[in-house]
Amino acid sequence: MSEEALWVVILGGMAATYATRASFIVFVPPERMPAWFRRGLRFVAPAVLAGLVATELVGTGEALNLPLGYPRLMAGALAALVAWRSRNTWLTILAGMAALWLMGVVIG
Amino acid sequence: MSVSRQPSGASAERRQEFWLGARDQIPILVGVLPAGLIFGALGKAAGLPDLVVQAFSLLVFAGSAQFVALGLVVSNAPSLIIILAIFIVNLRHALYSASFSEHLAHLPPRWKICLSWLLTDEAFAVASARYRRPEKENAHWYLLGTGLALWATWQVSTAVGILVGAGVPESWHLDFALPLTFVALLIPSITDGPTRLTAVLAGLLAVGMGALPYLFGLVVAVIVAVGVGALAESRRRVRSTGGELE
Repeated sequence: MSEEALWVVILGGMAATYATRASFIVFVPPERMPAWFRRGLRFVAPAVLAGLVATELVGTGEALNLPLGYPRLMAGALAALVAWRSRNTWLTILAGMAALWLMGVVIG
Repeated sequence: MSVSRQPSGASAERRQEFWLGARDQIPILVGVLPAGLIFGALGKAAGLPDLVVQAFSLLVFAGSAQFVALGLVVSNAPSLIIILAIFIVNLRHALYSASFSEHLAHLPPRWKICLSWLLTDEAFAVASARYRRPEKENAHWYLLGTGLALWATWQVSTAVGILVGAGVPESWHLDFALPLTFVALLIPSITDGPTRLTAVLAGLLAVGMGALPYLFGLVVAVIVAVGVGALAESRRRVRSTGGELE
């Protein structure tokens, strides 16, 4: 790919990305959004976070294996438990990382 | 003179919000750092000029989209297709934009333009927890702090990746800090039945449709789960008001 084409991709990619992020904030004032739409907005954060977490922990596409095949899923489940009890981000990360490292040592 | 100085208390409060936002982003930065390093190293390995690799991070500034774009660049896809792919991968950001639009509605345009630029997954995740807390007059400074912390880290880690390679051994699993931080942010975002239903459904659907290209499955999963959550909430409200609609 020529360097000119690369710059086209970068500038076009910048515009495309910015368009998604600015879409509502800059161009659609909240009073122009229908009420049902605004009611849904408080569900965006839990939905996106759950979607990102689930795909990161379980992976996608392949058939699901036994939990033992998923050290990240088990470490993530433990971290969720710690997050729920402690509400502490660092403690959650620490627990999850430690679990993953330990399983790496034990299972190899 | 009629120009009134802001009372120093207000500016101290704004500074405090800014640094609080930056601080709350730190756990995520641990996970983002290896991703930036890998992007820089991969771009270099693909034979792109250093400046071009850095420009991806500087200007596009979107983790997963940059990796998708790099893959397509390497396989010589047409520019327009790559730009379209970047757009699709980033579609979920429109949901963040809608979600924050009300919080930012009172701000002058320069703030909206600037904060939109910084509205990544990571900034949205951290700042939406801030917007659930009270006293939001200066919360946009929090969003600015959290967004800039991520932006700076992404730039530096890309540059280091270009110059010295990825460096962090994969066996450290540092990248795992990112989903773990999302777990820590997800749990407190589940505040009642409808949000719990939304989260469970979004997780199941995202995995089920994960094979769809360009994170399309995630976007569809989120939209469906949000819709079901909102529906469950309105049904619950109807029940609790004895069948009366508001």
